[in-house]
Amino acid sequence: MRYATPKTAAEAASLLMEDAARVLAGGTDLLVQMKSGRLAPETIVDIKHLPGLRDITREDGGFRIGAAVSGAEMGEHTDLVAAWPGVVEGVNLIGSTQVQGRATMAGNLCNGSPAADGVPAQIAAGAVARLEGPEGTRDVPVAEIPTGPGKTSLKRGEFVTSIFLPARPERSGDAYLRFIPRTEMDIAVAGAAVNLVLGADGTVAEARVALGAVAPTAMEVPEAGAALTGSKLEDPAIEAMVDAVRAACKPIDDKRGTVEFRTHVAGVLAKRAARIAFARAGGQA
Amino acid sequence: MAFDETKHDYKVIGTRPVRPDGIDKVTGRALYGADLSAPGMLTAAILRSPHAHAKIVKIDTSKAEAMAGVKAVVTSRDFGLPEDQDLRDTQDNCMARDKVLYDGHAVAAVAAINAQVAKAALKAIEVEYEKLPHVIDVDDAMKGDAPLVLEGRALETVPEGWSQNVTNYCEFGHGDLDDGFARADLIVERSFKTGATHQGYIEPHACLASMGPDGRGELWCCTQGQYMVREVCAGIMEIEASQLKVTPSEIGGGFGGKTTVFIEPVALALSRKAGRPVKLVMTREEVFRASGPTIHSSTDVKIGMTKDGTITAARADLRYSGGCYPNGTCEMGAQAAFAPYDLKAVRTYGWNALTNRPKEISYRAPGAPTAIYAVESVVDEMCQKLGLDPVDVRLKNAADKGTKSSYGVTFEDIGLKATLEAAKAHPHYTAPLGPNQGRGLSCGFWFNFGGNASVTLSVNTDGTVNVTEGNPDIGGSRASISMIAAEELGIGYDRVRTIVADTTSIGHSDTTDGSRVTFTVGLATIKAARDAKTKMCARAAALWGIDPEAVEWVDGAAQPSGPNAGKFPPMSLAEIAAVSFQTGGPIAGHHESNADGAGVSFGVHLCDIEVDPETGASKVVRYTVFQDAGKAIHPDYVEGQLQGGAVQGIGWALNEEYIYGEDGILQNPGFLDYRVPVASDLPPIDTVILEVPNPGHPYGVRGVGETSIVPPLAAIANAMSRGAGVRLTQLPMSPPRVLSALMAKG
Amino acid sequence: MKSIPVSTTVNGDAVDFVCAPGETLLDALRNRLSLTGAKEGCGTGDCGACSVTLNGRLVCSCLVLAAEAEGAEVGTVEGMADHDKLHVLQQSFLDHAALQCGICTPGILVASKALLEENPEPTDEEVRYWLAGNLCRCTGYDKIVRAVQDAAAKMRSA
Repeated sequence: MRYATPKTAAEAASLLMEDAARVLAGGTDLLVQMKSGRLAPETIVDIKHLPGLRDITREDGGFRIGAAVSGAEMGEHTDLVAAWPGVVEGVNLIGSTQVQGRATMAGNLCNGSPAADGVPAQIAAGAVARLEGPEGTRDVPVAEIPTGPGKTSLKRGEFVTSIFLPARPERSGDAYLRFIPRTEMDIAVAGAAVNLVLGADGTVAEARVALGAVAPTAMEVPEAGAALTGSKLEDPAIEAMVDAVRAACKPIDDKRGTVEFRTHVAGVLAKRAARIAFARAGGQA
Repeated sequence: MAFDETKHDYKVIGTRPVRPDGIDKVTGRALYGADLSAPGMLTAAILRSPHAHAKIVKIDTSKAEAMAGVKAVVTSRDFGLPEDQDLRDTQDNCMARDKVLYDGHAVAAVAAINAQVAKAALKAIEVEYEKLPHVIDVDDAMKGDAPLVLEGRALETVPEGWSQNVTNYCEFGHGDLDDGFARADLIVERSFKTGATHQGYIEPHACLASMGPDGRGELWCCTQGQYMVREVCAGIMEIEASQLKVTPSEIGGGFGGKTTVFIEPVALALSRKAGRPVKLVMTREEVFRASGPTIHSSTDVKIGMTKDGTITAARADLRYSGGCYPNGTCEMGAQAAFAPYDLKAVRTYGWNALTNRPKEISYRAPGAPTAIYAVESVVDEMCQKLGLDPVDVRLKNAADKGTKSSYGVTFEDIGLKATLEAAKAHPHYTAPLGPNQGRGLSCGFWFNFGGNASVTLSVNTDGTVNVTEGNPDIGGSRASISMIAAEELGIGYDRVRTIVADTTSIGHSDTTDGSRVTFTVGLATIKAARDAKTKMCARAAALWGIDPEAVEWVDGAAQPSGPNAGKFPPMSLAEIAAVSFQTGGPIAGHHESNADGAGVSFGVHLCDIEVDPETGASKVVRYTVFQDAGKAIHPDYVEGQLQGGAVQGIGWALNEEYIYGEDGILQNPGFLDYRVPVASDLPPIDTVILEVPNPGHPYGVRGVGETSIVPPLAAIANAMSRGAGVRLTQLPMSPPRVLSALMAKG
Repeated sequence: MKSIPVSTTVNGDAVDFVCAPGETLLDALRNRLSLTGAKEGCGTGDCGACSVTLNGRLVCSCLVLAAEAEGAEVGTVEGMADHDKLHVLQQSFLDHAALQCGICTPGILVASKALLEENPEPTDEEVRYWLAGNLCRCTGYDKIVRAVQDAAAKMRSA
């Protein structure tokens, strides 16, 4: 085993071409997997020393968040929190205060967990990940990164260097809620993110609803978003949205929850998240 | 000189001084099981079964032994076969002999120059298993056609007709049940199931062993009982107890889980084989898979009640499984089930059955929480059905002084009614509830133990005192023992230092369990102090040239016991100590005894929870504990016991359980999915200490450690029933179970 | 496997050690530097007993590689007291009997110190959520929250 601290993206990509190489950003998933024996990397590539990876920068009215920025740092960034409160609260729900000191939004994405708290709100936000690899740079919508439990669409040698959250129009708001048995420290049993943009008349002009922990990957449910569009979240719109959410759920039964429970609760969370997002967007019922 | 048997005007008892081990523990200096290292030390690791039940066909350790840096490999072949059956079970649990009996059962161990080499060596050990059918659930295990975990282990008391997995059976009670039920206006009969829980101590088992080929050894380990460790390890290692020195480290929680050994004999065997000290520390996953969780249970309760709330008859059938070796926890459950009630007709029956789970070890009031949960749930349901106040019904039927308990003992002074009355009078009982909130209450009970203890109290020439005792301090007992010594001697708390000794430094003490330490060691400390006072009075008498009987000990000094004894100024402890070398030599008091009269302890918990009707999530929003402590020596640490036990019970009620897959493999061996309560899950835990003196102790002390885990299970179930309208009969009341009950109710 | 030399600062002292590439900061603190105040309760970031600060940020040292400490500043419980003068939080934990077995105490003290540096006047709820990653199985957290709040009040008025 070796530990490497590349100083350029190209160097990192070349290290990641080696057998059993793994990216280390916050390490809060990698070290757990190493401890359990699920992973035994030969090369650990610490990307925290690459330029820009620890920065949050403004770009085209939006935000570019370096892949090594911790959840705590995101939570302390006032402008980011004001623009994308749902994305930040999703990331901030990952683990404990201690984990927040290290865990990153990009790592949460690339770990490929269907229950990742940081991912649904990114999908609802239309976030785009920037990848570096042996063949250079490419941008990929976050929604296309996870492909199944523990799996991503990243090619060999590729890694995420940043995630871009677009500019916010006026009258927009997002929110993320998850269900866990305790108040903290659990993996989501179900999660729901809602991102709304309101028209000048206060009705929903655009809506994106994304779910976590109810399918092999976090996913957007376009039918759920469509159900909210044109509404002020009146009961029939909410009910249609909840139905669409539940229809889209394909969860598993496991130690954390049953199929019925996850499906039911995903609807409840989506309803509650929609109301929060609506209020954040300045909506009035 | 003579002593009053009881003492009432306390100077030190009841105050709240800083504990003597406090600064070490807030600065990181305190040394726990894994914190000590030795020169030349090796690191050990254990290979564990990936199967729930399998025959061990072959173990080939040759590749591991040949690896560079590997200094010893042991399997069951490196251990003898103890004659004593319990010892043989313990040895088999530490290193499986013929069969693995649960997921995580140890099969081999390695000592190597570092952890990486040890881990790699484990991978090089080849084990051939022949998988056997397994059984995980207690009800399944009792059926005649169940896979047999062990054969031929049933006690003679077990009635015929059960699977051989049923090893223990018991029954308790008195009176005519049929007559009692015939007189009832309402009879409720319900069945309950509870998941197995784990003590969840934050410190994994750890030890440092050093043993030579001459059979002399030293062991440093985190344990609730160094003498227990010595007896068990000496027995398994076939050495003499005198040759094994066991030093207890600071202990990072036990709650009953450190009252046996899991790794110590393995570390000793590796050390003996390697000729070097060996450190062996469990991972958290090993703790969950291969230490000693509690029983899981299946219980039927039937109670008859008249319209005015009088219980006319009560019966409980308790089926417990404590894993893969016989244990008799059903007896404690069957004795505790109806302890809070004064009943004319009562019967309890208990069974213990083997399952392919790790061996059960005690967990705080073992056997009692699951039994009382079922009983207190049914009593509450009857109160609801009859429109009666739950405190009034309990007061009406409450056990009191002179009550013949359901398990045969006639109670002396007990504090049950006092705790019930305190609960009823407390503002919490009548505080308004918010939407989706409900309030529940439950009684709790624990027997409390006495047993063996040795104490030496040395009076130093500078007027200070050392107390040497043999019970590991889990929750502040060194403070309590120092306070008792100071009180008895009439000196300041800061003049006393209490230490917990290794096995060679003082005689035997039983394990720190059964809520026995403050009572038993405290009692021995009182008696050792009185022994020292008698000796100091004799020294003063000799100096004064009067009869020792004419000297008494008052306010920390010897003084003539009356005008006829002569007129001498009092001699303080410090003054007597200062001249002790001239008056006969060093002064020490001793006491060694087997104490009884521990005095049972009752408590009542009051709990408000709020249930989210859309998700089934519940949150405890207010919690108050009422418990009889007899006499609280150090109230902070009494409160701490009440709060800690309550929160463990809250975890048991809401989220904690061992979850097994169809393959018999434990699904949640970690703190991520074995969900103990975190700080944000909880409200403040308020406490009300009642002091109904235990007649078996000069200060009235009762044990307080265990009762507090008993009531939360039913208190929360009752609160849920009253707040959300659903009565759950299975623990934990996890959100999916609650939601499914809510949806079924509609 | 080649060992890695690491130069770092622990509790203000410059220290050097060598570690294996996969070794955690917790193991290095305990086994290489004899700083056994941080404990391993789980090794997976679920219990917080190994809490330390890394460049001022509260982390689980079991989830940090020792090699990552190169050039960093690490703070452990051993660095909380100023020589023979206890930190206000340490004294408060003693005064409020906010520990029983004490195994979680070092991590909770380090975490509480980090909290009060960021938020000198937290609500009880903020204390409880901040400490949610520090498991305590003995106390039920009640006296811990009281001790943190009392220390916070003392630190504000100091």
